[in-house]
Amino acid sequence: MKDKFDCIVVGAGPAGISAALTLVRAGLKTVVIERGEYPGTKNVMGGILYTRPLEELIPEFWKEAPLERHIIEQRVMLVSKDASTSFSYKSKQLDEPPYNSYSIMRATFDRWFASKAESAGAIIINETLVESLIVENDKVIGVRTGRADGELYADLVIDAEGVNSILARDLGLHPEIPEHNVALAVKEILALPREVIEARFNLKAEQGTAIELVGDISAGMMGIGFIYTNKESLSLGIGCLISDLRKSGMQPYDLLDRFKEHPMIQPLIEGAQTKEYSAHLIPEGGYRAIPPLCADGFLVAGDAAGLVNSVHREGSNLAITSGRLAAQTVIEAKKKNDFTCRALSLYKKLLDQSFVMKDLKKYRNFPAIMEKNKHFFTTYPSLLSDSAYEMIKVDGVPKKTKQWKIIKNFIKGRSLWGLVKDGFNLLRAIG
Amino acid sequence: MHIVVCIKQVPDSTQVKIDPVTNTLMRQGVPSIINPYDIFAIEEALRIKDKFGAKITAISMGPPQAKDALKKAVSLGIDEAVLLSDRAFAGADTLATSYCLACGIKALNKENPVDLVICGKQTVDGDTAQVGPGIAVRLGFSQLTYIEKIEKIDFERKEIFVYRHAEKGKQYLKSRLPAVITVLDGINELRYAPLPELFRAARYQVKAWDKKLIEIDENLCGMKGSPTAVKRVFAPTPRQRGEMVSFNERNPEETARALTEKLLINKNG
Repeated sequence: MKDKFDCIVVGAGPAGISAALTLVRAGLKTVVIERGEYPGTKNVMGGILYTRPLEELIPEFWKEAPLERHIIEQRVMLVSKDASTSFSYKSKQLDEPPYNSYSIMRATFDRWFASKAESAGAIIINETLVESLIVENDKVIGVRTGRADGELYADLVIDAEGVNSILARDLGLHPEIPEHNVALAVKEILALPREVIEARFNLKAEQGTAIELVGDISAGMMGIGFIYTNKESLSLGIGCLISDLRKSGMQPYDLLDRFKEHPMIQPLIEGAQTKEYSAHLIPEGGYRAIPPLCADGFLVAGDAAGLVNSVHREGSNLAITSGRLAAQTVIEAKKKNDFTCRALSLYKKLLDQSFVMKDLKKYRNFPAIMEKNKHFFTTYPSLLSDSAYEMIKVDGVPKKTKQWKIIKNFIKGRSLWGLVKDGFNLLRAIG
Repeated sequence: MHIVVCIKQVPDSTQVKIDPVTNTLMRQGVPSIINPYDIFAIEEALRIKDKFGAKITAISMGPPQAKDALKKAVSLGIDEAVLLSDRAFAGADTLATSYCLACGIKALNKENPVDLVICGKQTVDGDTAQVGPGIAVRLGFSQLTYIEKIEKIDFERKEIFVYRHAEKGKQYLKSRLPAVITVLDGINELRYAPLPELFRAARYQVKAWDKKLIEIDENLCGMKGSPTAVKRVFAPTPRQRGEMVSFNERNPEETARALTEKLLINKNG
């Protein structure tokens, strides 16, 4: 195949498809190479898609995209061994279109999203693995796939291959991701009848809930669990740092089973049938772990660039935005016929101006602080539960005495100095 | 040399569930694939093309979205793809389906004489294995079913030599071309197509033929042409698993006693 393209996009996830869509709309000859059978088969996320970034690419996409439920409630559950303390925000505002976010299934959503790029003129090649970059005089000029006659050439390559970005690594943009900067998340799709979901989560038709869980479920590791409602299933999963998993010796699926058996979770999923099981890596290094985002003839977007906001569990929206901005950079570079890293530095500038880098920068200290302070995941959820129990239980003990007992418990659990330090660290972590 | 491969788009059976109430297949959201048995037909055609040089046309009857299956066939190395699609073709049983496909193949034959038609042995959603033979009869071609190996093809003398899987053993057959053969699964292993084929498929426009574009009697198509009616669909109750009695090597009497006890309980029920 001696065809030359304006741009080759590696990976048909949210970053890659956003890039391709932006490129073909500007009239650039674009090909997307995807290793899965079709876009979406290999792609995994918790399951929440935010409206705004996609709306910028496809106005009113919700009228045709395969979506599950719009999210009207965001709940945080702090879980101890046999109790949980929840904070929930539910609003009428979130129940009015255009909705803020939706639960989705990646296998159907990504396929639809890719079809939009395809009908706009992008060529999507499935079941093909990009094995390496073709580099000439330190400039990326194409890719080599695993198929016969498998070389492809282009002015630029956008690497949107996801978390384990082998191409960017081979090019020396980043080393192997250190294990404390990457989480392994395991997820199940649990089928339940629509009415059961709506009753258990207090929802009406089309409404959805997103629950994030911290505490005992991660068994002392830095991690987070989630439950999202789909139309006729739940997305349930948990992710923990690889370094923690290794130290604990726990298998991810044991963690998932433990999570599902938790007395506060089990009733929510009772009678559900497991339809899918998946596992995926999530880059958790945050702002400080972002690699250089370009080389001559080469740009990195989405998870491949480590663009994940681990505090707010956002990733696909950063991917969509970074894909679009990478494409805009390519369009500009094409106009000037300059594909050097210097010309492509516009990409970093655009990202810096967007919410992507601003948010990541705000939380730049979060990963390191959380990783060193595991008690945020262990001690505090328990202390909170114990405190709530203490205050709620009527046993003849005056409330004032109970209050003192709670304060003493906190001091016993973390020491006075520890509490002060934790408060300071928490502030520093969330900027 | 012109080879026609018949394919069908089917729901991915590994993901289909039966609705416990209505006993029908729940197809919603289930991805469609090329009937896995037809993949062997495609690869067999490609191998003949490698050896002798040939043009391969894939043909299918189905709704417009069956184009995806044909496009996929092109990405595997098939040259041309034709979809027979019309409301009049819908709801066909195996009789009407083989009639419709035979009409399509006749139209192909007019453009470029067909030497060989290759089908998979059956589909995974119907499991009848009737369409291949049905096409052969309607075309007046030789009929070779359950083929496990194509030994030799002699285009000069218009002859084909094949091994056929028969109920009692193997048959070595010689037959006249043109012929329809249905191939067994496992006869070959699908290749990993070169990249240019995928680009060709991405740009390829599948030909769509409706009842006006081919010579066909509407009354023999689709629902009208299908004498088969589905009276009832039901899932057979699974056969109960036999009970295992573990054999105690050191104490066979004990095993015998346990066994007779169970038999007696069953007898007295």
